[in-house]
Amino acid sequence: MSTATLNYPIEDAEAASIEIAKHVDKWRDQEGNLIMILHEIQDEHGYVPRQISMELANELDVSLARIYEVITFYQYFKLTPPGRCNIAVCNGTACYLKGAAHILSQLESKLDIKEGETTEDRAFHLETVRCIGCCGMSPSLSIDGKTYGRVRSSDISELLEEASKEKGLR
Amino acid sequence: MTLEELDSYQRTNGKSKNWIRVGLDTGGIAAGGKEVLASLREEKDDAGYEVDIRSCGSCGLSFADPTVEVQVEGMPTMLYGAVDAKTAPLILREHIGKGHLLDDHVMATRKRATSLDGEKQTAVLVMDTCVVGGDKTKFFQASFEQELKVHGFGDEIRVYRAFDMGLYDRGLCAQLFPSGVTFSNVLSPDIRRIIKDCLVEGKIVEDLLESESDPQARVVLRNCGKIDPDSLEDSLRNGGYRGLRRALTEMTPEQVIEEMKASGLRGRGGAGFPTWLKWKLTRDPESQRKYVICNADEGDPGAFMDRSVLESDPHSVLEGLMIAAYAIGASKGYFYIRAEYPLAVERVRQAIEQAREAGLLGRKVLGTDFCFEAAVRLGAGAFVCGEETALIASIEGKRGSPSPRPPYPSVKGLWGMPTSINNVETLACVSAICNRGAEAFARYGTEDSPGTKVFAVTGKVRHAQLVEIPMGYPIRSVIFDICGGVLDGEDIKGVQTGGPSGGVIPEKHLDAPISYESLRELGSIMGSGGMLVMDERDSMVDVAKFYLRFCVDESCGKCAPCRIGGYQMLQIIEKIYRGRGEESDLSQLRHICSAMKSASLCGLGQTAPNPVLSTLRYFEHEYMAFIEGGHAYARKIRQQQKEQEKVAS
Amino acid sequence: MIQRMINATINGMPVKVPDGTSILDAARSAQLKIPTLCKHPDLLPTAACGLCIVKIAGQGKFPRACATPLEEGMDIVTHDGELTEIRRSVIELIISNHPNACITCGRNQNCELQTLAAEFGIRSDSIKRYVRDIPMDRSNGSIVIDFTKCIKCGRCVQVCQDVQNVSALSFLERGINTRMAPAGDISLAESPCIKCGQCAAHCPTGAIVENDETVAVWEALRDPELFCSAQIAPSVRVALGEEFGYEAGTNLTSKIYAVLRRLGFKAVFDTNFSADLTIMEEASEFAQRFVHGKGALPLITSCCPAWTDYMEKFHHDFVDNFSTAKSPQQMLGVMAKTYFSEKMKIDPAKHFQVSIMPCTAKKYELERTEEMYASGHKDVDIALTTRELARMIKQSGIAFAELPDDEADSILGEYSGAGTIFGVTGGVMEAALRTAYNFVTGENLPKEAIDVTPVRGLEGVKEAEIDVQGTKVRIAVAHGMANVGKVLDRVRAAREAGEETPYHFIEVMACPGGCIGGGGQPYGVTDEIRLKRAQGIYQDDRDCQVRFSHENPEIKSIYKNFLGEPLSERSHQLLHTHYKPRKVYKK
Repeated sequence: MSTATLNYPIEDAEAASIEIAKHVDKWRDQEGNLIMILHEIQDEHGYVPRQISMELANELDVSLARIYEVITFYQYFKLTPPGRCNIAVCNGTACYLKGAAHILSQLESKLDIKEGETTEDRAFHLETVRCIGCCGMSPSLSIDGKTYGRVRSSDISELLEEASKEKGLR
Repeated sequence: MTLEELDSYQRTNGKSKNWIRVGLDTGGIAAGGKEVLASLREEKDDAGYEVDIRSCGSCGLSFADPTVEVQVEGMPTMLYGAVDAKTAPLILREHIGKGHLLDDHVMATRKRATSLDGEKQTAVLVMDTCVVGGDKTKFFQASFEQELKVHGFGDEIRVYRAFDMGLYDRGLCAQLFPSGVTFSNVLSPDIRRIIKDCLVEGKIVEDLLESESDPQARVVLRNCGKIDPDSLEDSLRNGGYRGLRRALTEMTPEQVIEEMKASGLRGRGGAGFPTWLKWKLTRDPESQRKYVICNADEGDPGAFMDRSVLESDPHSVLEGLMIAAYAIGASKGYFYIRAEYPLAVERVRQAIEQAREAGLLGRKVLGTDFCFEAAVRLGAGAFVCGEETALIASIEGKRGSPSPRPPYPSVKGLWGMPTSINNVETLACVSAICNRGAEAFARYGTEDSPGTKVFAVTGKVRHAQLVEIPMGYPIRSVIFDICGGVLDGEDIKGVQTGGPSGGVIPEKHLDAPISYESLRELGSIMGSGGMLVMDERDSMVDVAKFYLRFCVDESCGKCAPCRIGGYQMLQIIEKIYRGRGEESDLSQLRHICSAMKSASLCGLGQTAPNPVLSTLRYFEHEYMAFIEGGHAYARKIRQQQKEQEKVAS
Repeated sequence: MIQRMINATINGMPVKVPDGTSILDAARSAQLKIPTLCKHPDLLPTAACGLCIVKIAGQGKFPRACATPLEEGMDIVTHDGELTEIRRSVIELIISNHPNACITCGRNQNCELQTLAAEFGIRSDSIKRYVRDIPMDRSNGSIVIDFTKCIKCGRCVQVCQDVQNVSALSFLERGINTRMAPAGDISLAESPCIKCGQCAAHCPTGAIVENDETVAVWEALRDPELFCSAQIAPSVRVALGEEFGYEAGTNLTSKIYAVLRRLGFKAVFDTNFSADLTIMEEASEFAQRFVHGKGALPLITSCCPAWTDYMEKFHHDFVDNFSTAKSPQQMLGVMAKTYFSEKMKIDPAKHFQVSIMPCTAKKYELERTEEMYASGHKDVDIALTTRELARMIKQSGIAFAELPDDEADSILGEYSGAGTIFGVTGGVMEAALRTAYNFVTGENLPKEAIDVTPVRGLEGVKEAEIDVQGTKVRIAVAHGMANVGKVLDRVRAAREAGEETPYHFIEVMACPGGCIGGGGQPYGVTDEIRLKRAQGIYQDDRDCQVRFSHENPEIKSIYKNFLGEPLSERSHQLLHTHYKPRKVYKK
């Protein structure tokens, strides 16, 4: 789950087409490939750019409508670029009962954004996610795919700092 | 791989005499397991210990993550909990090096012996198992040491503070090592008796003896935490693919189905449909192609059984899938795994790869005519994809909206072909049944619900963990005897089972035995195995609101009753929770619940009202308190909630 | 194969239906109507609305009648107190997610949800209303989407994706936020929409309606400076009556002429006349290509603007195969503003041409290319759908049914039977063959062969070989855009293999059934109604004295007095257009 951003202007159809070929070639002729390809695109860019969806539609000979139906249905796929650092607070039941809401509100006030938003400088994106299965260590959150369990509100500043350092932010 | 090659693994024991295993499932990693592993390896290299250090899956004891299991020649295998990078080297120095245990990390065995068999005891593990009244463990340890000295055992027998005894609210407990003889409710004068009777005379202090072992039975979790999930070899040495071998070489597909019927196995995904019948219905139709799918879209918030099994023992599930394929006549199978479980995905992919390289997948498996291929498909964040028709749509690359049945997937499933979908736990049972026989499985559980069931016990429980118990075991015992009761010694209010499709079972019904039927009668369901403990401070209106919001977020939006009904119910409950509710809101809620239950297309919508209905059934007074207390009451509860959250985190 | 029959019981009555019949249809055959808001007879069940639940003895759950096939021995209850209560609750839920705006809605008195609410006696908003605020999409001049009125039945999406193969509309997001809209944040105008209006025709509520332009027509009619003229399309005459209580298929040509005059139109023309004109040009084109090898084969008809839009977007490798002859609507418009205006000494700038069409795409066609201004002015000023005309008549207070018959204005009003059948699938092909036969052989089809029956009927693709005095003409007729692909793929395959084209002449109409099933026709169309409307059209053909376009006396005189001959320079200037590739997505 890397969150690299695009390193070329994605409006460029040719670039998008080359970009898409490597994913499509790997999955071509395999059953049920659309969602797997979307996963790869999302893993690479952190979201699914429209131009790439259009190319994908051409390559797979499906309608763009079908691709958007899928992207907008599944919570996992995003249509807008993420932050450079993505914080996901687990919203599973166990975490909820053990104060996930408090952790979230702490993060919201620290980052000055609401859940689902990205900071203006695109440094941080904050969201809640479906249960990540660490219920034994609730409340938990993940930062760029790395899971932290038994998070206490006193840990938050440190977690943010560590993440910033790793990404060279701020 | 030939049959002979497979059998050869049975006869060899590849393990070196000294070994250490670190539990590295998602939970273990989140708790710092990788750092522990690195630290162990560093210390080994530095000091040159003769020990094999590797990772394994999770033994299920989440509260103790990361766990480290140690085997040294001449000593029983010992488990350490809550190990960190600093303590890890001590395991090598003390345990491996000197045969000493580690205070505050060592875990007592739950297999409690009832006799000493003349064995020489070398240590005593002690712990104060009461939550309230302050921890007296250290005092207890000192007393024991004192008394041992008095009896001349000062150097021979050490006393350790245990991390966990597997016993709760039994006062001061002591376990003799290595026998595992355990005493509870030990008072100061008893220390002397234990030392005199047991250590000097080799007898048992009957009145203090905890003779019952842990009631858990490991069928599904048989290898979890015991083997290295990255190693096919490890799996093969521990009975891996023995069930498949038996099915392929000794049984016809029909006989495999008969075996399932004899075992009484019912789908562990929640609904409890008999597995044999599902297979038969998929076997019957004539078709060129058939599919088997492993449903690993574990979506219940608060449940992590399937994740743990896939991360800890992927081969047993793959084996179950292959047996299912053989039984129904399928040659292709998919694992549908939720994308939120990257580690499970990685381990399953690796298991498939290993099985393929070893010739366990592909053409002519084990030299028989059975051919099978497996692949992974990912979910993408949609709870409803646990529903079979939605899951199929999702694999086909569509929106995961359920479709009406008939046609059933057993007749027209993936790509229009007969398809059998079984959940992770079911498939892990399948391989066990084929290996050990139906009888061994059916020995556990009740007549209608044979076998064992894994539960993820979380929430306000002292020790969150995976529990595998025979069906028919009472809920209360799971919470209090296995998991240590409620966190901070609060009073229990109820237990939620079945996740968003289930209901809340109030304290007064906790003695009910666990079975598909009994839970349904109580207004909940078995579900996939989430068991959420709630204490007196938890508002049931808030809990209902939580689950309802989940269902609203996860509704696919296709059918009106679920799409609008759930949303409108949530509006009403939020209104009540804000203290603006009216008495008529409750009848409105019941009214919408009934429409949703009857007119929703799929299980998600039909069961989404359950958390509301069950809380209304048992806790209507809490709703009424909000309605009658209005604003002021709502503010008070919210404030309490916030305080609690703050304290918790 | 003999179809197995199923015996079962519905509400205690024995029923016997063919195997595979849904409980919904089986109940219908037993005179029982089970309510539904999502199942449409044209479409596969989506099981969305949850209203058609029934009880089956021995089953605990409530299956949906639309999606559950009747099985042998089933004992079904379709209506009882409990089911009615559940249905009422579901309707209340749907209403709680629907604006309270019936009075100002395009589907007032014609809305399936409103009807059910009335039938179930829903008298109060028992559940607090929640409607997500999404602005309307008016970007496309043909149809207007009001997302707030959408009940997510999915009919429009199924029509757009599966029947029309366009996929302008899609199911987006999920849960309470589910909406039917173009993929991504784009407007309908930027989407692949071909304006066929089938979404509107199938919508149970007022979420998708035609862009109503009646106010502009009223204004024109009120303007003393303007000379307002009207034309009515072939299929309007057999459908408009449904709005006034007539049986579907009743031919009301003369009454429509009369009512248009009463509404204030100073001249009333008939699109059937210009259909004959289209045939003259198109049949000449065909003869040129077929006999003289000038131009690409197959020749493909182009009078359906939704189809031409579709071709330009999805099949533009066939641009050269298209007949360049304009559609009858545009031909009539340009003739009205040139030939007729000249003759009647009307300033074409003051001549206001209104067409009455079965179609929403006709609104788009008015400005499709610069050739739609061949008269020097916009050839047709406004295109109204059948439904809009019905509303104008109702507003005017004219007792339509009681009107005496009237006639169209001469010189642009007389038509042949060939012109009238333009309104039904296969009709353009049939009319063209009647004239092309003459152009190729110099003789008319023998009387018994005038009805080209292989191209009639509702089969999605109809193929035939027509014997033109020993030469075989291979033809194909397709309607419903999803059926076109297979026909064109055959042509492409032959083209790539260097083989002879499998067809010489292809007719395509976008809407199932052709214009009689157009997106602007009265609501509630089903195959049953399509067949009735088609019968009305074929009856009109049989009733015509003249059944060949080339024998229409007014056609003869227009060539003699004004155009010269088919494909003449003047014809090309006024009556022909061109096609070009277009992007599927503008954004």
